Amino acid sequence: MLDAVFFYSFALLTLAGAVLTITQNSAVHSAIWLIVSLLGVAGLYLLQHAEFLFAVQIVLYIGGIMVLFLFVIMLVNLDEAAKQSQFNKQWWLALACVLGVGTEIFYVLAKGAGTFVLPAPGSSAGQMGNTEVIGVALFRDYLLPFEIASVLLLAAIVGSVVMAKRRV
Amino acid sequence: MPAIGTGHYVVVSTALLLIGTLGVLTRRNIVVILMSIELILNAVNINLIAFSRHYGNVSGQIFAMFVITVAVAEAAVGLGILIALFRNKGSVLADEIDLLKW
Repeated sequence: MLDAVFFYSFALLTLAGAVLTITQNSAVHSAIWLIVSLLGVAGLYLLQHAEFLFAVQIVLYIGGIMVLFLFVIMLVNLDEAAKQSQFNKQWWLALACVLGVGTEIFYVLAKGAGTFVLPAPGSSAGQMGNTEVIGVALFRDYLLPFEIASVLLLAAIVGSVVMAKRRV
Repeated sequence: MPAIGTGHYVVVSTALLLIGTLGVLTRRNIVVILMSIELILNAVNINLIAFSRHYGNVSGQIFAMFVITVAVAEAAVGLGILIALFRNKGSVLADEIDLLKW
């Protein structure tokens, strides 16, 4: 029962934060509500026994990406933009398309609802902690994607410095 | 009350995906569009983690970690482009960037 209470409160936090992110007029308010939504997502990770990703989500996503967003919002002066209309002229079409796709997806989910049961935890579930399991998998089975990710991050660093620096 | 299963997480993930898509399609401010893209990436991550637990396979969590890595790289470069755009055009509204419009 407590499990359900935690799940519904984290899910409500996530979805309410997301709705408020896309509807606020001020970009700083949108960023703060996105932080709230990301905290809800981190809570959902924790409920699924993904403790390492719970920590990574808070440190990297909230502490890294959202701080970067807030810095850029400060650099880019958004006072002019805040006075104008925030939504497209075609917002009704977007809403209709999203509701249509949503109806289709939820219909398919409802059809297959009987198959979504969590299996009983295996006998070896308590042997290694979540971080050790991720460490073993990442550095043994997924070593090549890990190295490629480091090259990707190097490309991102060089790219963002080149894009943001002042032309001399 | 039925027990919370994988289906509940898939429903939350779908709802977050739809809200993020609505944000990308509807807003004019490019910063908010980039934030809606982050919402979509988080929806995918919730889905990956839920199925990782459903099948007892840690590969879903590894994939989610790589998605976070790519999200970091994309946010950094995207915001750099936004700064360059603002410096040249003076505006961050998506429908005012219309130099290539016919």
